[in-house]
Amino acid sequence: MTPPLLYALAGVALFSIGVGGLITAAHLLRQVLSFNVAGSGVFLFLVAMAYRTPGPFPDPVPHAMVLTGIVVAVSATALALLLICIRHESTARSATGEDDRP
Amino acid sequence: MGNHESGRRSRRSRRLTGPALGAGLALVVATLPEAPAALPHLVREALARSGVENPVTAVLLNFRGYDTLLEVAVLLLAAVAAQALNTGLSGRAPLPPANLFLTAFFRFLAPFAIVVAGYLLWVGKHAPGGAFQAGAVLAALGILAALTTGAHPCWESPRLALALVAGLLVFSGVGLTLLQTEGRFLKYPAAHAGTLILIIEAAAAVSIAAALIALFNAGSGGDPGSRPPSGRHCASHPLRSRP
Repeated sequence: MTPPLLYALAGVALFSIGVGGLITAAHLLRQVLSFNVAGSGVFLFLVAMAYRTPGPFPDPVPHAMVLTGIVVAVSATALALLLICIRHESTARSATGEDDRP
Repeated sequence: MGNHESGRRSRRSRRLTGPALGAGLALVVATLPEAPAALPHLVREALARSGVENPVTAVLLNFRGYDTLLEVAVLLLAAVAAQALNTGLSGRAPLPPANLFLTAFFRFLAPFAIVVAGYLLWVGKHAPGGAFQAGAVLAALGILAALTTGAHPCWESPRLALALVAGLLVFSGVGLTLLQTEGRFLKYPAAHAGTLILIIEAAAAVSIAAALIALFNAGSGGDPGSRPPSGRHCASHPLRSRP
């Protein structure tokens, strides 16, 4: 088990935890948090995969993609949080589906 | 009864989805074949012509410049959408009023943060750093300003609007100019690539910071209900008006 593989598996674990949370959580804030955990897993996986290339230096292309992805994830998260606030203001609800309680 | 039973079963299957997905993906990752080495080689070969020495910066601003251009556009879109949605939420905690000590702390910290941001922007040429890191430091400074001094940037002001769109304007402007002179969008001439990348990064850093501050500002304080209709309400800026 090489360190990059260990990090990649940790990324897979984070992604699965995030997806699991996204499916099971009813509260919208929890869903956004789960989405971010899953996204962090993807980033960790990509960074770890960059070290699989032979040679002393990691592949810079996945690293650049992660940098781009972080910024997009931050802006999407901020927008999602704002939409949750607006929904909560207008309906006094912050959850989805069958557990939809104020 | 049947409905209840099926609901419980669907909940259990939902709870099992995460672990099942993780196990499957872990199996795939553990048995991945050897990495194809073409892309890193291409980057290393072209690095000398990219104008920068840091391969990540070269990929971001030169080889995959489209990605970064669209990313700056996404950030601008999110900031504009957040500002457009920010039309009178009442239930949010207002920003704290200006505090003498915190304001002094902010005044002390601000120059250092700006220097760090400038250093990060410059160092991106040959080491980890660049527009995003510099923009994040500047955005942290802006959020700190809002939290410590209660400063509300007014997004109607032309200067802030310009800061918000500067990155996209400069980036696409350079791209279109190169389309005219070099025949390809964002194809830097090797002699001026470093300078052009630094210009784009400087504008992008300002825009990234402005967009992040706008996103923070839309979700906290900044009650638009109390805004005067004109865009000239920045006079009561706590950093400018001294008692």
